[in-house]
Amino acid sequence: MSIAPKHIEQPSVLYMDGVSVSFDGFKALNSLSMCIEPGEMRAIIGPNGAGKTTMMDVITGKTQPDCGTVLFNDQHDLTRYDEAAVANLGIGRKFQKPSVIESLTVFENLEMSLRGGRSVWQALRHRLTAEQQDKLDHILALIDMTARLDTFAGNLSHGQKQWLEIGMLLGQQPQLLLIDEPAAGMTDEETMKTAELFKTLAQHHSLMVVEHDMDFIAALECRVTVLHEGSVLAEGSLASVKANDKVIDVYLGR
Amino acid sequence: MPVQATHMGPITRLLTQDKNGRRLLLVIAVLAIVVPFCNLLFPAESVLHISTYTMTLLGKYLCYALLAIAVDLIWGYCGILSLGHGAFFALGGYAMGMYLMRQVGDRGVYGNPELPDFMVFLNWQELPWYWLGFDSFAFSMLMVLLVPGTLAFVFGALAFRSRVSGVYLSIITQAMTYALMLAFFRNDMGFGGNNGLTDFKDILGFDLQSDGTRAGLFIASALALMLGYVISRVITASKLGRVLVAIRDSESRARFLGYRVEHYKLFVFVVSAMLAGVAGALYVPQVGIINPSEFAPIFSIEIIIWVAVGGRGSLYGAVIGAVLVNYAKTWFTGAFAELWLFLLGGLFVLTTLYLPRGVIGLWPPLQQRWHRYRQQRDLVHQEDCL
Ligand SMILES: Nc1ncnc2c1ncn2[C@@H]1O[C@H](COP(=O)(O)OP(=O)(O)OP(=O)(O)O)[C@@H](O)[C@H]1O
Ligand SMILES: [Mg+2]
Repeated sequence: MSIAPKHIEQPSVLYMDGVSVSFDGFKALNSLSMCIEPGEMRAIIGPNGAGKTTMMDVITGKTQPDCGTVLFNDQHDLTRYDEAAVANLGIGRKFQKPSVIESLTVFENLEMSLRGGRSVWQALRHRLTAEQQDKLDHILALIDMTARLDTFAGNLSHGQKQWLEIGMLLGQQPQLLLIDEPAAGMTDEETMKTAELFKTLAQHHSLMVVEHDMDFIAALECRVTVLHEGSVLAEGSLASVKANDKVIDVYLGR
Repeated sequence: MPVQATHMGPITRLLTQDKNGRRLLLVIAVLAIVVPFCNLLFPAESVLHISTYTMTLLGKYLCYALLAIAVDLIWGYCGILSLGHGAFFALGGYAMGMYLMRQVGDRGVYGNPELPDFMVFLNWQELPWYWLGFDSFAFSMLMVLLVPGTLAFVFGALAFRSRVSGVYLSIITQAMTYALMLAFFRNDMGFGGNNGLTDFKDILGFDLQSDGTRAGLFIASALALMLGYVISRVITASKLGRVLVAIRDSESRARFLGYRVEHYKLFVFVVSAMLAGVAGALYVPQVGIINPSEFAPIFSIEIIIWVAVGGRGSLYGAVIGAVLVNYAKTWFTGAFAELWLFLLGGLFVLTTLYLPRGVIGLWPPLQQRWHRYRQQRDLVHQEDCL
């Protein structure tokens, strides 16, 4: 739907321009502009309340912006889609608070995430194909849960839930992954493993990763955008951002 | 593991994986044979005789059990607390009642071949248009499904599209059934006002007062319950069922996975309403009356309590809950009727606090204890032998 012209030379997976969102007069996003290139991994940092989660809400159709452009693959105007439609376009999202289906098993959670078969009728008639089974085995191995496939998701540790949720993103086979604070509640070792996983994923997907853990950000070795009060404060390599005076003032501290 | 036994039909496969369901179906099937058998073949003075009163009472429980399954499907699996399911039950009942009224023909008190007694009494000259067709059994049975189904569809489409959920949804479902109750109380609606529809004579030409017909209705109720169970089980055991659970546990997760939550909710809401309608339709010829009290908000709340007591989110639990609570009610209203509502309320509070998984939640711990006891006994026994 809606092929919108765009005056930017470079192709982008995600293009945001002048996006504003206000809640009762409070501007959670204030003319935010950002662009993510195909195959890029981007880290987003910023103080609490900077608008990182709100930005993801806008991209995924949960929140309607007051104004601004949000384009996916330079052609889909995401502000016109709802959550399910955005997901089916190929955008997967991991929530800040781990969100897995607690009363289903690891296997069932992943099975449900697998691409396709979203209609009621298809869901009723669903049978797992050999191809899907392979895909599931692959994801289970990737998130290191092959031995846990019959565990109820509610019985997993916090870190494991995070991984399961990432696995569910992979099941969707999205083009763009939006990941909100993946390392929260993980041990140092798990955190580094997660960073490794994301670097592997970046070979085939575009990623936007929000995180507060600077070691984790450093391990991602990617471009960093700093958000503050709903707009971009700085953008560049982690080193350049860390050296930025404004960033030091509002976020990193002296 | 989910993949195996591909050569079996879907229903066979389903039932081989559902031990409790198999037991339940077996019990109902046995009842469907034994109860009518004992009623019809043994004389009243025999110890093996089951009275028509008891058979009808059991038939009523079967209808309630089907209603409980319908509510469990929507509340237990999909998390939608509908406090208006009595309305779908009553509408199914009215559709059946209208058929039964038309069957009366000119045997009414006023002997009017076209109009039911209450219409003659109101000085109506002809049958209202919405009564047309109800002289046909097939048409009436279609209406038993379509009327509750359509109401659920329209109501659900509006509510789920605008994302009304939680307490708000519960309140508007209560309002729906209450509004229908007030409407059906009115004489000019053409459904018999507060007396409702009653004094039925026969169904498909069989005398409703005869034991044989009663037995037939009992068997029909048992079959409907079994079919309702299997349909619900097919739904809950499929991926569709897991999506429903996902919607219950984390609606936003389901949305962000790309599932259209409103379609799923609408689907189960309509299926559930139809099952409730069938339950109502089988209930009416057995109790011999349908009146607006079935729309009473309290009745819809009672259904929720049956399911909570039995075990929300388990289909056979819902059946057990419906039978237990209604058995208690039959017994209790005989003894101290005024106290029943207090007892029901207390029951709800107690199950919510101490038995969140309902009565069936008691079973696994008991089983474990029994196993441990047996192991110990065997151990002691071995020692004795040494
Ligand atoms: N639905 C809402 N209603 C009102 N205010 C909101 C709503 N959602 C977010 N906000 C406000 O918008 C601001 C931005 O919130 P957001 O969750 O996007 O921050 P964040 O950058 O993700 O912070 P954190 O690092 O703590 O997760 C906050 O001040 C928050 O209180
Ligand atoms: Mg946040």
